[in-house]
Amino acid sequence: MDKFNSLKGIAAPLPIVNIDTDMIIPKQFLKTIKRTGLGVSLFYEMRYDNDGNLIKDFVLNTSPFDQSKILVAGDNFGCGSSREHAPWSLKDFGIKCVISTSFADIFYNNCFQNGILPIVVSPDQLDQLMMAAKNQIEFNIDLPEQTVKAGNHSINFEIEEYRKDRLLQGLDDIGITLGYQDKISAYEEEKKNKKPWLFKDN
Amino acid sequence: MSNQGPKTLFDKIWSEHLVGQREDGTSLLYIDRHLVHEVTSPQAFEGLKISNRPVHRPEATIAVADHNVPTINRQNIEDPQSKIQVETLAKNTKEHGIQYFDLMDQRQGIVHIIGPEQGITQPGMTIVCGDSHTSTHGAFGALAFGIGTSEVEHVLATQTIVQNPAKNMRISVNGDLPFGVNSKDLILYIIGEIGTAGGTGHVIEYAGSSIMGLSMEGRMTICNMSIEAGARAGLISPDQTTFNYIKGRPYAPGADHWDQAVEYWSSLPSDNDANYDHEIVIDSSEIDPMVTWGTSPEDVVSVKGLVPNPSSAQTENKKKSIERSLEYMGLKPGTKITDIKLDKIFIGSCTNGRIEDLRKVASIVKDKKIASHVQAMIVPGSGLVKKQAEEEGLDIILKDAGFEWREAGCSMCLGMNPDQLKPGERCASTSNRNFEGRQGRGGRTHLMSPELAAASAITGNISDIRDFT
Repeated sequence: MDKFNSLKGIAAPLPIVNIDTDMIIPKQFLKTIKRTGLGVSLFYEMRYDNDGNLIKDFVLNTSPFDQSKILVAGDNFGCGSSREHAPWSLKDFGIKCVISTSFADIFYNNCFQNGILPIVVSPDQLDQLMMAAKNQIEFNIDLPEQTVKAGNHSINFEIEEYRKDRLLQGLDDIGITLGYQDKISAYEEEKKNKKPWLFKDN
Repeated sequence: MSNQGPKTLFDKIWSEHLVGQREDGTSLLYIDRHLVHEVTSPQAFEGLKISNRPVHRPEATIAVADHNVPTINRQNIEDPQSKIQVETLAKNTKEHGIQYFDLMDQRQGIVHIIGPEQGITQPGMTIVCGDSHTSTHGAFGALAFGIGTSEVEHVLATQTIVQNPAKNMRISVNGDLPFGVNSKDLILYIIGEIGTAGGTGHVIEYAGSSIMGLSMEGRMTICNMSIEAGARAGLISPDQTTFNYIKGRPYAPGADHWDQAVEYWSSLPSDNDANYDHEIVIDSSEIDPMVTWGTSPEDVVSVKGLVPNPSSAQTENKKKSIERSLEYMGLKPGTKITDIKLDKIFIGSCTNGRIEDLRKVASIVKDKKIASHVQAMIVPGSGLVKKQAEEEGLDIILKDAGFEWREAGCSMCLGMNPDQLKPGERCASTSNRNFEGRQGRGGRTHLMSPELAAASAITGNISDIRDFT
């Protein structure tokens, strides 16, 4: 997995609440059997009209925001479907960090599987960062220090230690868990005796 | 979470499935059953292949194609991408020795309908699927939640998942349900009360006499939409209603283990003095039949109510959000909900595609005709639901009323197959999401119960079942 350490650049403001994963990547793009190539379809219905032409005033279609690596968005970002295509499409577009007041649980987990940093800030801080993003002020995100800096604003954010480590080191989660194979086998042996109906071959 | 003292249902399932702590402090939770469908699994199988990792316990996984499948003309999937996705699932499951219900198998259907139907879903289990509506299975007192594709790969490779404990929330709904009010209205009302982020970080346990009085079908509708309240999972205590439903189903514990299983299941309900991080109590007599007016499941109102006015919003953000929804939905503030004219009716989905839902619809539309300007379709949740309905003659009643009678699948709940709304079309839907574009670009969705959708099909407007004779 890609590592994440720090990030510098302008941020795209998207002041809409409850941005769901259907908005991030609509259903017609879920038919792929690959993880890549979804960036062009990110926010498809907001980015393109019925004829497939770019909608010029949508933020990610305007310069310099079309090069943003950071997104600042309204509350409850990533709600709805569990589709990992949402973080895949953000990543493929080039977005590596999303800032909001809250994230839906599954989306939040999915970000960390893909080297994307979701940052939770307070409503007041979001207002400040949204304004800074609109004014094209450069953001500086430092994961080891857990800070977002933009102009005069310097914000500390919380992140669980294990998630931080995984991003910093780009660790393979399955590889780590397979290191606990003995414990998994021991658990299965114990439960086969205690709850035998769960271990009948289907 | 301490091992001592009173425990919630969630706490009990959690501690029973804890394999251990990893060095990074996270918990490894054992997964009893893994459900897989065609949309969120191909990249997981590809990942296993790249890393040359086997499936840890193939017999704990069950697969079915549901999202992409056509509901007419099953023999041929016209969309080449959909076809590849379905074929990829067949190939991957065969390669790894995973049970797969193919499109011609009568047991095929929406993954969250067939788990319970086959008796795969049982109390006290942990169940995951790369699908947010996995919360449905919580109706059996199983800890069931949706995961991303990377986690699907993790479960395939290790039969575990990396988790931190959720917070406990209990929502108690007490009292007899008023006439015309059922499980869909309860859950829409709850989402309206707590909001689509109200359950974030929590597992919601539903309790109280209104909930425990529901059938398993009704309980599944409630737990299904827990994700729409942002919850990680929904749970309902297993009881005799649960055991009666499971007994005798193909994957249920057999006679050799039945008593032992029931004894264990009976130990699962939350202890009386268990502690919850958050408690909500609702009196069911307050609840009307509910309908959504906007583009988020929290945008609910009584069917007797009006489309809200943005100027009455408490915050600027909320005002903007209402304005955006109303523009998308093509609705004016103050419009009576029952004055909203419909183009389509969709009955089906993992929320309301079970036999009980079809029976309700049939009883309402019997000997009536749908309004001439609406198109109405009914998509059974599984091949077996369809068969049961046909044995009861429901298909005849529904077709006589003007409904299209389709094959099983997710269909117009998300429109990955050809069943979609056209721009501007307005649909009464028994599904779970009214997001912008969900049922088709520019499509306008009003979520409601099967009873309301049936009544609305007949009148052609959103209708209150209580006014309907």
